[in-house]
Amino acid sequence: MQTMSRKAAAIGFGPFDLKTWGPLLALIGLMVLGTALNTSFLSEGNISNILTRSAFIGIIAVGATFVITAGGIDLSVGAMAAVISGVMIISMNALMNVFDSASLIIACGILLSLALGLLAGAFNGLVTTKGKIEAFIVTLGTMGIFRSLVTYFADGGTLSLDFTIRGAYRPFYYGDILGIPVPVIVFAVVAAIGWVILNRTAFGRHCRAIGSNEAVARYSAVQVNRVKTLTYIVQGLCVSLATIIYVPRLGSASSSTGVLWELEAIAAVIIGGTVLKGGSGRIGGTVIGAIMLTMIGNILNLTDLISNYLNGAVQGVIIIVAVWLQRGGWKNKGQ
Amino acid sequence: MKMTGKFLGLAAAFAMSLAGPALAADKVKIGVSIPSATHGWAGGLNYHANVAVDRMEELYPNIDMILVTASDASAQANDLEDLVSVHNVDALVILPFESEPLTDPVRMVKESGAFITVVDRGLSQDGIEDLYVAGNNPELGRVSAEFIKEKLGNKGDIVVLRGIPTVIDEERVDAFMAGIEGTDIKVLDMKHANWNRDDGFEVMQDFLSRFPKIDAVWAQDDDIAIGVIEAVKQAGREDELFILGGAGMKDIIKRVMDGDRLVPADVLYPPAMIATAIELTTLNYVSNAPVTGRFILGAPLVTPENAANYYFPDSPF
Repeated sequence: MQTMSRKAAAIGFGPFDLKTWGPLLALIGLMVLGTALNTSFLSEGNISNILTRSAFIGIIAVGATFVITAGGIDLSVGAMAAVISGVMIISMNALMNVFDSASLIIACGILLSLALGLLAGAFNGLVTTKGKIEAFIVTLGTMGIFRSLVTYFADGGTLSLDFTIRGAYRPFYYGDILGIPVPVIVFAVVAAIGWVILNRTAFGRHCRAIGSNEAVARYSAVQVNRVKTLTYIVQGLCVSLATIIYVPRLGSASSSTGVLWELEAIAAVIIGGTVLKGGSGRIGGTVIGAIMLTMIGNILNLTDLISNYLNGAVQGVIIIVAVWLQRGGWKNKGQ
Repeated sequence: MKMTGKFLGLAAAFAMSLAGPALAADKVKIGVSIPSATHGWAGGLNYHANVAVDRMEELYPNIDMILVTASDASAQANDLEDLVSVHNVDALVILPFESEPLTDPVRMVKESGAFITVVDRGLSQDGIEDLYVAGNNPELGRVSAEFIKEKLGNKGDIVVLRGIPTVIDEERVDAFMAGIEGTDIKVLDMKHANWNRDDGFEVMQDFLSRFPKIDAVWAQDDDIAIGVIEAVKQAGREDELFILGGAGMKDIIKRVMDGDRLVPADVLYPPAMIATAIELTTLNYVSNAPVTGRFILGAPLVTPENAANYYFPDSPF
């Protein structure tokens, strides 16, 4: 009986498998806390706000799940989102002199965003693998490059999308399909595709293999460099998608766009049960992690019980507790 | 005699030809140290600093300006050391990142004999600067409170979005709270939106789901106001409230100018104050106008009537 349940837990269906259920339990706990502090927490509008807001970090974190599973790290995503937003805005404003149709301009902007994400990701990946430089250093470098570029393009100020295009582009953030906000749908689709790729394809298996042990993966004929580069490209494309729904929100980008998104994305991935040193990844957990991070900020805004100056401390405590619950630290008491 | 005269003339010409480059080397060097463009207002600051530096150098050939930007307080302290030891500046115009950590570094520059102009954020010790140029943060809070009081008829529910937790934010908010004291204006809650558009959007979304009735929003800053405007629009509650920002961003000034009902006014806190400081410091070397002392800019209310005076479409801010 005992071996049965242990075996069940090991393959991920057992009722006490904390890796799977821990993040969800933490999320439910947070929701109970939010409701207790303010009943408007559960209102339809607020839940929709939380899910829509978490879409940016969530989509980026799905990409980060691949990178981290394969044993890498990408610190450049926040700055990458900022520079892609900036270039999109500049190009779309410039294209107004070329095309009359706003939808054509927006289509160009979206394609450009995807191309830039792909290139930026490929750059990070190739320099890491071919250049044999640690991902931490490569992406720290590109983070600085991207952040400076957006400041340079914006002349230190803010790039704003022209009002006529902004009107046509607004539905990409503010619109909804069957009552579900567009960003939430994009987030759900990205997460579903990410889950299939990570869990049901050779590429996903190779990511896990490389993350567990790169040398063994190489001897097992896994094309390590190619797979690793691809994870950064996946990450870049996820950043593009997040940017495509971010730009219509405020129609602007500046040097303060996307600051610290990289850490939030990494935190979402880890809260969700993926191991920072690689080898195993959980897209579902990442989704919950991203929602949790947004929810903490939301709950703090809905109450005046806690001094504003302590917001960061509350966030820190909740993140640590969430991961502690998930690792089952409390079960090993006395050992 | 004639010969000597000729000789003297030659010598003078020779001396002058030597003096030419020597004079160039003896240009008055003015160092300008400001925070780098990390948010909208600082972006405007950088723009106006660059424009002023170019204008002064073009106007006065004997003035040489060295503009340096720093990303934090300790980097700025390093910049000051370089300005003294490498460039040997005659004057320093500085907008300190933070008051406390930069007081001593600025005093060291002062001890090297330089003329010191401090902008916006005062040092924590008196008597170091020769010239102090600043906007007026308490005045911004007071003018904002006056406007909201008048517009609401001394009665209503408001929310406040604060900036980055700093002395600047404290001064503005304290003066604002003092301004509405004794009225029936109730502050439902205050949250930090860090002078940031995205934070302004999210904090306002949460205020909107939390409070069914809001009569006015004091956003304190125009970047925050941009985020607030979008959140209010998304909730479809444009008709129940108005928003007051601050600083003088061109997008907001434009809205005021166009008579936008949601944004009826703005309170000025111009990043162009760095240009005031640079020009006054330059005057010290090119004219005999006395410039030492304190120069405090007003925080005028921008209304549809006077908005055109404050609209700079070319500035990035």
